[in-house]
Amino acid sequence: MNTPFSSMALVLVASFIGSFGAVFLKSGAARLRNGFWNILNTHLAAGVLLFLLSSYFFVRGIRHGELSVLYPMVSLGSVWTLFWSRLFFGEPFTRSKFFGLFLILAGVFFVGLGSK
Amino acid sequence: MSAAAADPLNAGSSSLSRYQPVFLVFGCTILGAAAQILMKTGANQIPHAGLAAMVTSLPLMAGYSLYGLSTLLLVLALRDGELSLLYPVIALTYVWVTFLSYWIFHDKLNPSRLLGVALIVVGVAILGKQSRR
Repeated sequence: MNTPFSSMALVLVASFIGSFGAVFLKSGAARLRNGFWNILNTHLAAGVLLFLLSSYFFVRGIRHGELSVLYPMVSLGSVWTLFWSRLFFGEPFTRSKFFGLFLILAGVFFVGLGSK
Repeated sequence: MSAAAADPLNAGSSSLSRYQPVFLVFGCTILGAAAQILMKTGANQIPHAGLAAMVTSLPLMAGYSLYGLSTLLLVLALRDGELSLLYPVIALTYVWVTFLSYWIFHDKLNPSRLLGVALIVVGVAILGKQSRR
């Protein structure tokens, strides 16, 4: 079975949108330091909406094609997030972050490979 | 002192609390996996995806609720932890779903899936170790 380009594109879009969802959740979460009820803020709402949008593209994307290709592409969201975290929150790149992320991506590939 | 009392999640300085954001994401992935299983169960019970059938499906609604709860845990984790360390940990969901679907739907466990699960666990352990404050 081959993986259609449209599926890959949908899943890539899902991973990209999801990574921005994570950025908004992080910036919204910081406001919780001033009390739990700051949980009702626009950044968190935007993060949740972006996650919902991302899962819509994800569900459409994995309908056709090989999961060994598509699952790791979802987890690519973690790679984009690594860059956004440095750009927006000043989180450092470290060797263990790259290594841990690489192992997780490889793991997700094999889970997808075994899930035909 | 008063801050700790107002915020039980941050109370205590045990070794557990130093890892706390990672443990919150850990809980988030378990809830997320349970949500996926419930939604799969719900989807199997509904022959045609009508809105009325969806909102009256107990497993589907329970699944959505657990997703909400798991997002809440993620937010609490992100309040104190690094996004670049915590976000990849969500891949642990694949580990729980693999074992839960073996247990509940009797899906096959094969060497490829087990290798994948093992790699994810090692990767998460590396990130978890670094998140220690």
